[in-house]
Amino acid sequence: MSTFDSDKAAETHRHLHSHMPSDPALRVKALESLAVERGLVAPESLDAWVELYADHIGPKRGASVVARSWVDEDFRARLLDDAAAAIREFGFEGHATGHLKAVENTKETHNLVVCTLCSCYPFSILGMSPAWYKSVAYRARAVREPRAVLSEFGVDIGADISVRVWDSTAELRYIVIPERPAGSDGLDEAALAALVTRNSMIGTDRDLKGTS
Amino acid sequence: MPAPDPAFERFAPDDPLAPDAPVFAEPWHAQVLAMADTMIAAGHISAIDWAEALGAALRAASDQPDTPDTYYIAALGALEKLSAKAGIDATQQAHRKDAWAEAYRRTPHGQPVTL
Repeated sequence: MSTFDSDKAAETHRHLHSHMPSDPALRVKALESLAVERGLVAPESLDAWVELYADHIGPKRGASVVARSWVDEDFRARLLDDAAAAIREFGFEGHATGHLKAVENTKETHNLVVCTLCSCYPFSILGMSPAWYKSVAYRARAVREPRAVLSEFGVDIGADISVRVWDSTAELRYIVIPERPAGSDGLDEAALAALVTRNSMIGTDRDLKGTS
Repeated sequence: MPAPDPAFERFAPDDPLAPDAPVFAEPWHAQVLAMADTMIAAGHISAIDWAEALGAALRAASDQPDTPDTYYIAALGALEKLSAKAGIDATQQAHRKDAWAEAYRRTPHGQPVTL
């Protein structure tokens, strides 16, 4: 014979299907609800931000900038002069913090971007940074031994090519303009953009393939 | 050649054969950055203060495993400190966190959780 205690069953059910958020998730909820009450943030702004960066803003934006720099010399000159001003013509939405500098790879030079302090990154045109960009190991080693780091990304830089490492700050972020790949003649801007990898715009990729 | 740094191995370059990972592994990861960037955009905290606070929190966590969770917990700590300067002090934050935990405990599964 068995008995059934509905309250106890409900309690057991709650226990089994615990939906208690993790400690940091509760801290975020606390902060968010207080910030909303104080009028420091609007809940709809936070929701819109998360949707934008989780689903919509990614490296395709940067890739379209790079592709245009390959086909339009005037744009390339403007981009290298003042990247933040040059990319305004793309009409990207999203909050771009500080200034942006475009640095171009050449036959003789390779550029690599890092943020040694924290994780400053041009996320309004490249989307959220990859996990490795935020890692202690990358932030420390990219400056100390950039060629070794590049080699681990499968990029072997010849001794005749100099490597420049750019340390991002809250006020100045970088995008690498990789070289246009051989075999990409005749492709239009959209097709060219499809050849540009996210890592090539950070500098952890170098030789792009001429066909996607 | 020295042995590869085990921490870096965890952050190995992306596996081209792996399925696309979500941008944010946890919703709260996204919410931390959303709050920070929104508060910067609104002028409640400065971009430089954010970078310095995040940098200090990451340095303080340098003995922790080199993982995304460590990064985002450091980012949350930095945001909590800057929020205190913007008028939401640590005691209020702690009380509110306890209130949310209690709300989750008393709310049956599947129903919206409110304070």
